[in-house]
Amino acid sequence: MTKVSMTVNGRPVSGEVEGRTLLVQFLREGLGLTGTHVGCDTSQCGACVVHVDGRAVKSCTMFAQEAEGAEVVTIEGMANADGSLSVIQQAFQDHHGLQCGFCTPGMVMSAAALLADNPHPSEAEIRAYLEGNICRCTGYHNIVKAIMAASGQDVSAIAAE
Amino acid sequence: MYAFDFDRPATLDAALAALQDEDAQALGGGQTLIPTLKQRLAQPSKLVSLTAIPELSGVRADDGALTIGAATTHAAVAEQAAGSYPALACLAAQIGDPAVRNRGTIGGSLANNDPSACYPAAALASGATIVTNARQIAADDYFQGMFATALDEGEIITEVRFPLPEKAAYMKFEQPASRFALVGVFVAKYPDGVRVAVTGASEEGVFRWTEAEAALSADFSPEAIAGLSVPSDDMIGDLHGTPDYRAHLVGVMTARAVRDAV
Repeated sequence: MTKVSMTVNGRPVSGEVEGRTLLVQFLREGLGLTGTHVGCDTSQCGACVVHVDGRAVKSCTMFAQEAEGAEVVTIEGMANADGSLSVIQQAFQDHHGLQCGFCTPGMVMSAAALLADNPHPSEAEIRAYLEGNICRCTGYHNIVKAIMAASGQDVSAIAAE
Repeated sequence: MYAFDFDRPATLDAALAALQDEDAQALGGGQTLIPTLKQRLAQPSKLVSLTAIPELSGVRADDGALTIGAATTHAAVAEQAAGSYPALACLAAQIGDPAVRNRGTIGGSLANNDPSACYPAAALASGATIVTNARQIAADDYFQGMFATALDEGEIITEVRFPLPEKAAYMKFEQPASRFALVGVFVAKYPDGVRVAVTGASEEGVFRWTEAEAALSADFSPEAIAGLSVPSDDMIGDLHGTPDYRAHLVGVMTARAVRDAV
């Protein structure tokens, strides 16, 4: 076992991990941050997306020790300081961007990474950016709509189909 | 995953020393290796991460060439090569998905030499030089078939040097589930001739289409290769496409790359 230390959602944390311990295992089982989900465990689905040093990564396809010293943000770190939902989270709720909710943590983290890079993405840019995030309920339509709304764009013309 | 030791050295020398252990394996971004380990298709005694070695990361353009550190991520290449080698940046921006591009590295891709990976096409079409801790390897000598390269045990790619072409483009016919290339063609025009490299198509891995190179060197236009075709004998056949289909796509994607070369 090796000690690993990082900052998660602004809080310094450390723990003992094996070489093979994945970042997502450290977050969920080591820190109890179970908001980050393991969907496919094969880096296809994106339910496990978190930010490492500001970059969206699949935490099921990164070893915990690779995050030594890094700044990690998970879905638990996305709400506002007063506990209210962030703009992106609120937009997902307002525009029905989730049904079962399993993929939602990864969707929100990918959306946040996209908007940090590209504050006013087109619909095509959003769909391209979400290539690595799979949702089996919504058909993506309302997820895309929520992200457009979160970026301050008018979505009234997009049908609620 | 089977258990293994994990080492994350801060210098190239320490990484080379760590790789001397029997069954030690270098780890780049892990976007192929970690799924492989999960399937227990590999059982290294130790992983040696190359991501904490500063000298292995970065993109710099000088003297008619673009040099990319082996541990540079696809996302970084997409951003930082856009001005000097737009075709290469465009290729990097199409690998996998955004989260994969934030971890996967050019050195990892070239060391693995997946027959459907994108970077081998760019390296071979550009006549790139693969620089390791021990030597410099011309791309023509480096790729030795599916998942096979000229790298020796314990040898680490440190950087890749791409001579800058006059014009180039990469056209990828994407397999939409994996986002690997069903067929990908990289065309690069240099003062001394045109090079065409094809990935995704052959059982032998990335290859140069020399017949097209000769035609395009004489006349750099899509029409120049209109009558040419590659034999389908060595092409990959799977549920995504037959050998004949892949052979046909090679011609189509080459013509598109020539048309869109910048």
